[in-house]
Amino acid sequence: MTVAIDRATGNRPGDRAPRPGLGQRIRYGFQKHWYAYAMIAPVVVVLGVIVGYPLLRGLYLTLTDANSLNSARTIGVNHIDATYKFIGIDNYKDILFGPLSYDRFWSHFLWTVFWTVACVALHYTIGLGLALMLNQKLRGRTFYRLMLVVPWAVPTFVTVFSWRIMLADSGALNQFLGSLHLPQPQWLEDTFWQRFAAIMVNTWCGVPFMMLSLLGGLQSIDSTLYEAAEMDGASAWQQFRHVTLPGLRSVSSTVVLLGIIWTFNQFAIIFLLFGPTGAPDAQILVTWAYYLGFGQQPRDFAQSAAYGVLLLSILTVFTSFYFRWLKRNDQLAA
Amino acid sequence: MSTTTLEKTEAGPAPTAEPRRRTRRRGERGPLGAVLLHGGLVLASLIALAPVAWLIFLSLGPDKDDYLHPGKILGKLTFSNYSFVLQHTAFFDWFKSTMIVALGTTFIGVFVAATTGYAVSRMRFPGYKSLMWVLLLTQAFPIAILIVPMYEIFSELDLIDTYWSLIIINCTTAVPYSAWLLKGYFDTIPFEIDEAGRVDGLTPFGTFFRLILPLARPGLAVAAFYNFITAVGEVAFATTFMLDDSKYTFAVGLQTFVSEHDAQWNYMAATAVLIAIPVSVFFYLVQKNLVTGLTAGGTKG
Repeated sequence: MTVAIDRATGNRPGDRAPRPGLGQRIRYGFQKHWYAYAMIAPVVVVLGVIVGYPLLRGLYLTLTDANSLNSARTIGVNHIDATYKFIGIDNYKDILFGPLSYDRFWSHFLWTVFWTVACVALHYTIGLGLALMLNQKLRGRTFYRLMLVVPWAVPTFVTVFSWRIMLADSGALNQFLGSLHLPQPQWLEDTFWQRFAAIMVNTWCGVPFMMLSLLGGLQSIDSTLYEAAEMDGASAWQQFRHVTLPGLRSVSSTVVLLGIIWTFNQFAIIFLLFGPTGAPDAQILVTWAYYLGFGQQPRDFAQSAAYGVLLLSILTVFTSFYFRWLKRNDQLAA
Repeated sequence: MSTTTLEKTEAGPAPTAEPRRRTRRRGERGPLGAVLLHGGLVLASLIALAPVAWLIFLSLGPDKDDYLHPGKILGKLTFSNYSFVLQHTAFFDWFKSTMIVALGTTFIGVFVAATTGYAVSRMRFPGYKSLMWVLLLTQAFPIAILIVPMYEIFSELDLIDTYWSLIIINCTTAVPYSAWLLKGYFDTIPFEIDEAGRVDGLTPFGTFFRLILPLARPGLAVAAFYNFITAVGEVAFATTFMLDDSKYTFAVGLQTFVSEHDAQWNYMAATAVLIAIPVSVFFYLVQKNLVTGLTAGGTKG
């Protein structure tokens, strides 16, 4: 979501406006900022309470050995106080470098990275292809668009179950493959095919969002640019390369970033496709962290929260690099 | 691939000399192009539709193993799964819970985010950058980081197993995302409108409520819709925080049909269809505003 803030009007501080007198500036600035702060107050307060505070608590938890056996809990009428203690950064050391850390963390990390890159690349290319098609003048465009948006219109938790039936050992997909005399993989048992299935289902779910966003971007490209390109004798490919892609740049950078973040944190698809305890090797970091904290007994709250902190750090670092890279390409995102 | 945009209509024959044969006018396709285009779109539509269509088809088969022999369903199509689900499961309880949680999230999300979206679209103030950062980063919050401390906090406040717990947790993403979305939408509304309002003596608040909000209705609809859909589709927190099966949302209720020991796929399919129909209808009602809202501020300065 980029916008050029160059509509400098003398009454907007911080822009390159001519500077009025000092007293006036303070009064004016105070007025302006006062309004601004009053307007952002609701979000700041709400986020502080429901995101900031739990985040700090979570950070503290990662420095303890909290699990469901030593946390505060109420059994019947008896209230048992928490007895977990502070252990410093042992959780992080254990996760990143402890025994079996490859199986517990790094393998999931690598798979998560692969999953994110593969899914977003597929989302973007398929979404762009479909958006280009839908941007043509053709009969039944509205109908096609309605059809193509179905995976997004129907809630994910519904469609994942539908995929689960289709991917079952003798489900629809394998019957179909069998009728074509193709091999019938064990979609939900074999690690490779589990991962393949997860990427396939997520791609199916995520394309419509990309498609619609990019379609909106395509429609906002000034058509005179294409006319000019054509006058200059540009081929269809050159027009795509030098008019369409640059025109889509700002939309693309936004949806790709959102796509990466959402895919990296995609919980529902993997959780529902394999059930709460299935497919340990196909779990990405988010679902794995959930399993540690809520899917096993005793629940390991501290480890789970530590995974969460690691995940957030990865994303934060990634996002800031992403912006830096965007800026270097001479653009202002958001 | 020719590239034409919607708005362009062929304005009469181009004032060129006698066009040669076989030259097509701008924006026209040859028959091959048309076949490829429609072929590609039909294929994509079929792929998009298949899982949903399959679910509807299976929901009409009376036995739980029918999904293994789909051919047999055709001979015994029946709505018995639907009547069973509506009469003997907690379907309506789930419906109520889902509605309470989703509408609560929708309302609070848009209500809280609207003024902020306007402020960051129109004003620059100390702390603007960090606020934008926070709005974006909260999108990046993995559930893993909030679910554990939230579980603790809600336990202390006796909020586990209440609708409030889910509404609050959904707002952690709904609020910042709505603000972000609305900022993009407000950016597309010309600044001159604000100026005109200010000249006529409105305060910034007056400008916002009387001029900008009415203009931004589509944007608000999109934000509301997003919050609704995310709240309906939320799985992790709903699965963890809701213990009483009469308070399950659909996302949790649907899982109850499929356990490790017994999979009642036929009831699951019927329930899934019953859930999907209203949500999809709602989706298509607001979807004409979708694209506008999604990419608002994308390219227009």
